[in-house]
Amino acid sequence: MSDQLYREIILDHYKNPRNKGVLDPHDFSAEDVNPLCGDEIRIDLRVKDGKVDEVKFSGRGCAVSQASASILTEMIEGMSVDEVKALTKDDLLEEIGIPVSPARLKCALLSLKVLKSGIYGVQQDDL
Amino acid sequence: MAQSAHTTTQHSFSPLDASAIRAEFPILNQPLEGRQRLAFLDSAASSQKPTAVIQALDDYYRKYNANIHRGVYQLSETATSKYEESRHLVASFVNAATPREIVFVRNTTEAINLVAKTWGRQNITRGDLILVSYLEHHSNLVPWHMLAEVTGAVIKGIPLTSDLQIDVEAFDLLLTEEPKLVAITHVSNSIGTINDVVSLTAKAQAAGATVLVDAAQSVPHLPVDVQAIGCDFLAFSGHKMLAPMGSGALYARRKHLDAMPPFMGGGGMIKKVRIDSSTYQDGPARHEAGTPSVGDAIGLGAAVEYLTALGMDRIREHERELMAYAMAKLPEVQGLVQLGSPDLAVRSGVISFTLNDIHAHDIAAILDSSNVAVRAGHHCNQPLMDLLGITSTTRASFYVYNTPEDVDQLVDALHNVNRIFEVGAASR
Repeated sequence: MSDQLYREIILDHYKNPRNKGVLDPHDFSAEDVNPLCGDEIRIDLRVKDGKVDEVKFSGRGCAVSQASASILTEMIEGMSVDEVKALTKDDLLEEIGIPVSPARLKCALLSLKVLKSGIYGVQQDDL
Repeated sequence: MAQSAHTTTQHSFSPLDASAIRAEFPILNQPLEGRQRLAFLDSAASSQKPTAVIQALDDYYRKYNANIHRGVYQLSETATSKYEESRHLVASFVNAATPREIVFVRNTTEAINLVAKTWGRQNITRGDLILVSYLEHHSNLVPWHMLAEVTGAVIKGIPLTSDLQIDVEAFDLLLTEEPKLVAITHVSNSIGTINDVVSLTAKAQAAGATVLVDAAQSVPHLPVDVQAIGCDFLAFSGHKMLAPMGSGALYARRKHLDAMPPFMGGGGMIKKVRIDSSTYQDGPARHEAGTPSVGDAIGLGAAVEYLTALGMDRIREHERELMAYAMAKLPEVQGLVQLGSPDLAVRSGVISFTLNDIHAHDIAAILDSSNVAVRAGHHCNQPLMDLLGITSTTRASFYVYNTPEDVDQLVDALHNVNRIFEVGAASR
């Protein structure tokens, strides 16, 4: 039930986003927009010893898109680049924990799309 | 030509009995199963269907379904006659001079594309000016973009006033540039602004322009008279006026229709076909290639009869009263900002609003949990949204089956949205 979606984890991360901001310098910065509703997400990443050292997200949009970005950044802190590359939609949705209706899937997965688009540009020897 | 449907003997403006009307719409009376009653406030996207229309469709497929125009047996003759009767009903509904000026199409979008690809390709050349307004739905923009791309025509947008009506002074100025075509909406699908298409058409034609009116949001909700408007083309969808999806009409003044080349080619629109060439029918048949959506067109005829019996003046009055109620009640919700003019005379039954800085999708999702159906997004009005500096609004729209109870349910649900986002409590 979408009421539930808002009462718990989504609202918490929307109001108290983790890792909000930008990184300068960064190893990659990627951004994307969900044109249907105007959600925007940008993710900046710093890699050290093959692992995610620091990650920040910024953007604007619906609570679902912004909260899932916050949740995602928490998930990947300390992960190896390979682990990040292996992350699936189901992994993120499981972390959100509450069912996301088909209409909102694009919102929930925008941050993952951004992350995936950037992570493949990170060379393993770019440490 | 028979007197237009909306000036029948409905002299009394006795109000619509919306509760009784609602009972005739099966989808609004389904078992609740623990949910609240459905407050359906998205008719601007697509309307629900009364039993009468569903029955017409059912009857068609049960009793007289057959391909039309060429069959010499009873079923086909009946189907053909019902299809053409529908054309007569639709022509009367908008006061066309003759049913010959009504082309059946799938929807407004198809109607406008039809004009762009036939009349447009024939009459628009490099450097010609096409005027559209910032209120237009994408379906009355993109076909012209596509036409401009292949012809080299130029497109300019008619500016709006701060009340989101067409800026008439700016319009007059643009007319001095001698546009070939003016394509404008009668009623804005997101803001509900009613444009004075009678005056705008007269001015545009005096300046030498051909005029197309997007009537998708007007024909279902208020009396529309193409003689009074005087436009060259008028387009509307059946599914927004209680008729099945797949039905709709293009009104095209006879002088244009007879001169326009066909849109699609194939069976039904030809006179003579040789191996390497063909000649075409006259009249609307030229633009109705292939097997039409006969059942859907008959459903449109049934919808026209249903609306005519209610009376378009009464429907307009009903929506105006609901709008007055809603526009007075919505300010009770903290931080709600309504868009558009407060003058009900220029407003149809559509309200777009923002609520604090809560995203429209979040609002709509929480409203859904109270079984309130609204639409959130850009409403196929991206140029308008850009002009307003926003990405989306939440939109509620009214029709014959809506009651003040629907508005109450909407307002209660909006209070809930504020509660969930803790508006008024410590800010983020």
